[in-house]
Amino acid sequence: MSTIARKKGVGAVLWDYLTTVDHKKIAHLYLIAGGIFFLLGGLEALFIRIQLAKPNNDFLVGGLYNEVLTMHGTTMIFLAAMPLLFAFMNAVIPLQIGARDVAFPFLNALGFWMFFFGGLFLNCSWFLGGAPDAGWTSYASLSLESKAHHGIDFYTLGLQISGFGTIMGAINFLVTIINMRAPGMTFMRMPMFTWATFVTSALILFAFPPLTVGLIFMMMDRLFGGNFFNPAAGGNTIIWEHLFWVFGHPEVYILILPSFGIFSEIFATFSRKRLFGYSSMVFATVLIAFLGFMVWAHHMFTVGMGPIANAIFAVATMTIAVPTGVKIFNWLFTMWGGSIKFTTPMHYAVAFIPSFVMGGVTGVMLSAAAADYQYHDSYFVVAHFHYVIVGGVVFALLAGTHYWWPKMFGRMLNETLGKITFWLFFIGFHLTFFIQHFLGLTGMPRRVFTYLPNQGWETGNFVSTVGAFFMAIATVILLINIVITTVKGEKVPGDAWGDGRTLEWAIASPPPVYNFAQTPLVRGLDAFWLEKMEGKKELTPAEPLGDIHMPNSSFLPFVIAFGLFVAAFGFTYHNDAGWGLPVGILGLLITLGSMFLRSVIDDHGFHIHKEEVLELEKKGANA
Amino acid sequence: MANQTNSGNERVDLAYRRRKNAEEMRHQVIAFVLMILLTLIAFAAVGYEEFSHWFVVPFILLLAAVQVAFQLYYFMHMSHKGHEFPAMFIYGGVAVMLLLVWAFTTVIWW
Repeated sequence: MSTIARKKGVGAVLWDYLTTVDHKKIAHLYLIAGGIFFLLGGLEALFIRIQLAKPNNDFLVGGLYNEVLTMHGTTMIFLAAMPLLFAFMNAVIPLQIGARDVAFPFLNALGFWMFFFGGLFLNCSWFLGGAPDAGWTSYASLSLESKAHHGIDFYTLGLQISGFGTIMGAINFLVTIINMRAPGMTFMRMPMFTWATFVTSALILFAFPPLTVGLIFMMMDRLFGGNFFNPAAGGNTIIWEHLFWVFGHPEVYILILPSFGIFSEIFATFSRKRLFGYSSMVFATVLIAFLGFMVWAHHMFTVGMGPIANAIFAVATMTIAVPTGVKIFNWLFTMWGGSIKFTTPMHYAVAFIPSFVMGGVTGVMLSAAAADYQYHDSYFVVAHFHYVIVGGVVFALLAGTHYWWPKMFGRMLNETLGKITFWLFFIGFHLTFFIQHFLGLTGMPRRVFTYLPNQGWETGNFVSTVGAFFMAIATVILLINIVITTVKGEKVPGDAWGDGRTLEWAIASPPPVYNFAQTPLVRGLDAFWLEKMEGKKELTPAEPLGDIHMPNSSFLPFVIAFGLFVAAFGFTYHNDAGWGLPVGILGLLITLGSMFLRSVIDDHGFHIHKEEVLELEKKGANA
Repeated sequence: MANQTNSGNERVDLAYRRRKNAEEMRHQVIAFVLMILLTLIAFAAVGYEEFSHWFVVPFILLLAAVQVAFQLYYFMHMSHKGHEFPAMFIYGGVAVMLLLVWAFTTVIWW
């Protein structure tokens, strides 16, 4: 197989992406799919805000509003934020640790296609009767009563499939980071984003199984006559809430820790200073992950767990503010005395600190169980979690997009347009959500599709809707920026920002298929910076140039995930139509058959020979 | 893991490896005998009418935990070097599960 780049037709490119096991191309896939779901979730958010713009509005009424609201939350968390973070992990982690590939390229591709088909299945519900309508938490007492259409079944099976994909992705990153670090890359020399990914993957490994169990129970109850959550038959509806939040709370750390990682990279790079308190950063990340498992019931203070349980979970929750505070101060001290360059990613990073701290402060307010009885189910909660998720995660995603775009695609996004996007998004974000604190404190309930006039909520809601449109315009400008850059963006060298510290900036942009012609020798934290400070232009190699072993592409991951997609349709309808069960079984046979093929076909990959590597390196953009 | 050495020359450490393997084998045999013994004790505990359920259930669960430890450490070589990460993740998972079961039994089913 030749690796020499040449012009390919649309069909060939499509086939390439459908069969790829290259982590860099899987990153593109995650970015595109996650981006589309992000736009979809954003559209749903706009619809919500239009409905709430004035009292007694009838833009989306009752059930339809519930569906849009449920799908906004579910899409944004499972299908936009997580996959977009996975996009950056795939694009950057192997490069940051000096590896040629991930540990399980096939599994990595399978993880993507599982996520993709799960998300596709979930969104098919729009066209097949109705979307899930019990909120993104889908509490059993609501979702078991949602019998008008199959919405909840699409939620259950869609998230189950995409959840499998996420677990696969996490296992792949755990093994990659443990086993495939370049010589000299000790754990305490790993870049912060790699550390965050490692800890996040461990969180996914432990947090997703409770969700899987909960979803299986829910599937049994909805589709196969089970009674796990049905109190009338001896079940317990509260179990779902616990299982969901045992997953759901670590889930928010699964989102925010990689975001912290992205910001840590950006702060160090554009302050042109070593990250302040590196080891305390690592320790804080691990501590947040550890504590994150002991606080889930703070989402359930009003369920009636009793004062002792509430007190324990309240105190545990407040302790999380400590390692998070450590991180905030470390970022501030990283900037202090640095030679700061205000690029677009740095704009997001600087804006992130006050925005996220505001979300953190309301978080501590909410963690006081007694006070939570007042805040519960009001717009105050909505304001809180949008401050941490938009002010933390979405800012990080936008910052990461600008920061790593040159590395992923070899072209620099337009900085002027980037800064316009930033300002519009930043203003729009605070306009939308700041006022919601006060709407909540004056009693506006969340998840209700309308409100009456003369309760003092008109102005607040209108301001909030205006803010949402600012964010929408910002997103459109980002898309325009991407199109312009793709068409006529300037090609960039390997060290696109000129201040790269970590290994990914030492190789060409976009990197060659084998990443590193020679595995680098890592001599300290910020390995590339270290070499540059000693006047070198390249990394010190740890091995002579030789043949490089690479995995073969495979169509099987797509087929395995597609089988589950078909099976999910079959089982959703197996109680209503005769074709349901056979289709379900057919889908499982497709999946199991292709897994069998994967097991029996010997695939030893191929080698890129030394001469080819030399030729590619000579042609490469990397000087 | 026992066969992995840093030396390319097999004869250098042959005697050492022989001794190591013999020791390993002895441990496995002892563990195996103990495991059979523990199984017999578990059966006996269940079979003996005089013991109340309140004693038998925790008792055989304890024996099961010991069995799992034997399995992991003697037969799956977790006692050897290079198993720190699997051990960490296994104990992490066990800790999360215990916390969950403990919380569920105290908060939901009290």
